Amino acid sequence: MQSGSSLLEKLPPTPLSKPAKSAMGKTGSWRTLKPVIDLNKCTKCGLCWLYCPEATIIFTKEEGPKIDYVYCKGCGICAEECPAKAIEMVREF
Amino acid sequence: MGKVIITTGNYSAAYAAKAAKVDVVAAYPITPQTSIIEKISEFIEKGEMKAEYIRVESEHSAMAACIGASVAGARTFTATSAHGLALMHEMLHWAAATRAPVVMAVVNRAMGPPWNIWSDHVDSLSQRDTGWMQFYVESNQEIFDTIIQAYRVAEDPEVKMPAMICSDAFILSHTSQPLEILSEEEVEDFLPPYEPPFDITDVGHPVTHGNIVWPEPRGESPVGYMEFRYLMHQGLLNAKRKIKEIAKEFEKKFGRNHGDLIEKYKVDDADVAIVSMGALAAQAKYVVDLMREEGYRVGAIKLRVFRPFPDDEIREIAKGLKALVVADRNISYGHKGISATEIESALYSLEKRPLVLNFIMGIGGRDVKPEDQRKMIETVFNIIETGQLTKEAEWYGLLR
Amino acid sequence: MTILGLPEEEYIMSGNASCPGCGATLALRHVLKALGKRTVLVIPACCTAVIQGLYPRSGIGVPVLNMAFEATGAAASGVVAALKARGKDDITVVGWAGDGGTADIGIQALSGAAERRTDFIYICYDNEAYMNTGIQRSGATPYGALTTTTPVLGKKEHKKDMPMIMAAHKIPYVATATSGYPKDLYEKVKRAKELKGEGTRYLHILSPCPPGWRYDSKLTVKISKLAVETGLWILYEIDHGKFKLSGPSKRLLDPSKRKPVEEYLKLQGRFRGLSDEDIREIQRWVDENWKNIEKMMETE
Repeated sequence: MQSGSSLLEKLPPTPLSKPAKSAMGKTGSWRTLKPVIDLNKCTKCGLCWLYCPEATIIFTKEEGPKIDYVYCKGCGICAEECPAKAIEMVREF
Repeated sequence: MGKVIITTGNYSAAYAAKAAKVDVVAAYPITPQTSIIEKISEFIEKGEMKAEYIRVESEHSAMAACIGASVAGARTFTATSAHGLALMHEMLHWAAATRAPVVMAVVNRAMGPPWNIWSDHVDSLSQRDTGWMQFYVESNQEIFDTIIQAYRVAEDPEVKMPAMICSDAFILSHTSQPLEILSEEEVEDFLPPYEPPFDITDVGHPVTHGNIVWPEPRGESPVGYMEFRYLMHQGLLNAKRKIKEIAKEFEKKFGRNHGDLIEKYKVDDADVAIVSMGALAAQAKYVVDLMREEGYRVGAIKLRVFRPFPDDEIREIAKGLKALVVADRNISYGHKGISATEIESALYSLEKRPLVLNFIMGIGGRDVKPEDQRKMIETVFNIIETGQLTKEAEWYGLLR
Repeated sequence: MTILGLPEEEYIMSGNASCPGCGATLALRHVLKALGKRTVLVIPACCTAVIQGLYPRSGIGVPVLNMAFEATGAAASGVVAALKARGKDDITVVGWAGDGGTADIGIQALSGAAERRTDFIYICYDNEAYMNTGIQRSGATPYGALTTTTPVLGKKEHKKDMPMIMAAHKIPYVATATSGYPKDLYEKVKRAKELKGEGTRYLHILSPCPPGWRYDSKLTVKISKLAVETGLWILYEIDHGKFKLSGPSKRLLDPSKRKPVEEYLKLQGRFRGLSDEDIREIQRWVDENWKNIEKMMETE
């Protein structure tokens, strides 16, 4: 029986995870299409922020939406729902 | 000295849960456990016991509720038998791997079909691989005392594993014996306040319990699933030591000793010992006394703790014996008696091993009288000189 | 800080394991905004169990007790009882389960918890099949849908009406919602949270699933809205026994205002096997549901 193991001693008695981004890694690598926002057309309505399942769109009233491309999976909901048609899905590669 | 009353095994379990000041009870009725939870309901509704009782709609839910309560900071208790225990099986695994120190009274009852409400140990022994500690007791006082001791062992930071205390259907559950009830103050002194394995309700420091762990170390995790399972195993190994320490402490404080992992009775100068679990261990001592008067060098071993398995203790005793009669009130179909299998496994590493004669007896509550235990012991004395077993396991009293 | 009237704070962490366009995760994001940080989630085996990602990280920002598939209602009952025993009454316990863990394997524990007036919120996110294990049919799968266990002939039975089953338990609050109307969902979760102390509150959220329903992930919100606009999914609340239609469903008592079901069905590959007769059957089922709603509203 192994005893005095420093690795096992540091573990919690049962696996406990902490809230964190990147629980599945940099999921931005999943996408083939990426949303690109034309801030000239954007009316800062906030709907893209509302409908993003991933919370990867940061939105402020002043600056409008900004996409976190590290994690954006490229689902296309924001582009589809944008009333001003300000978001275009562009091929990644 | 606490109050002494005459009461049943089931009520003894209820009194123990009350004395241990459990916070949450979640249980579903099944014969012959019912009077445990009825008594607890009465305690609670009369205001004598301050606990939340969840009248769950199945045993599977009972264990799930106990796990939820346990990681939300509550000392928990439940009770069941046979099919109820079998229904809980998934959640027994879950409780052990969650390191939730749930304590459960199991009234051993035969599995159906056909329906049979009387005692054998197949129900609880079928759960031996789930990670639960298992105690098999021989008297109502031992039910009470062991439940108290079990909370202490289960909740110990070096253990943090759940425990079941098994008692025979009707023979103990519904039979009245004297019981000294320890007061809540005395028990509070003996049991430190409950500490959960983790607190899921700590919203200031949120944790997620139970999401995927890879087989191998991956990402930032230096370990895989296997290491966490080893921690559970380690908890049970630590329990071996703790059970002994706590039994000693209990004896010092309350003056009673039921054995720790095992109980030895007149074994030190014996050639043969009969190994029993549960109520038959009490009767075995009576048979040993009768046979000793006739000159037999015989002793009795109560296998009190089945998990963690006391291999060292078995090996130690075996060194001085010529034969063991292992009386199993159970069967692992297609093989042999379960405690015989485990005992033989423990003895394997000895150079000189005693004979092990396994009797399957008392299945489905078939009565095992003192003369039956005597006959089993005599069988071994008859073959001890030749050192030859006619068969590995014999179903005692089977009608053909 | 709020955006569009909703709290800014996010409890869904980016980089989780959800499929792109996941209707369930979109719903959970807004559910957690309504619940806030003093929340404990009990989550059985389901998509969200996997969406949390790998140890030692979790994609959800509140405490989560993962649980065996059928045991959500029971485990949550245990957490609630422990909090009561400890005198801690400012934490919301929420079961968050898929349609399988709610309407099929989990229904017993949920029904028991509701009958015992367990003081928690139970939310079913309904992607209409056992999606986590690979799109097998559940009791909540709609008529005609192709799933991996109804791969050729499609499901032959209509969808189990779980919200009405919960209403029959006479619990204080039952509500339906869908991912495409997040503000409606947010208000309903807030209402459920308000009713703490009154027993079990139940929400049922239709959550479109791109791989399972077989559509391009960008259409999740659109399909969600179409489900409501065709009358196929009805938004309502039963608040202390009083039935109220909500949002866009309010005007759909008039059948002429409902879009034909084909508009919803044709966008999804799981319905490609429908015959004209099947489509008529689905339309008939929708119309019958609305007639029942009408009767219910008349008797109040």
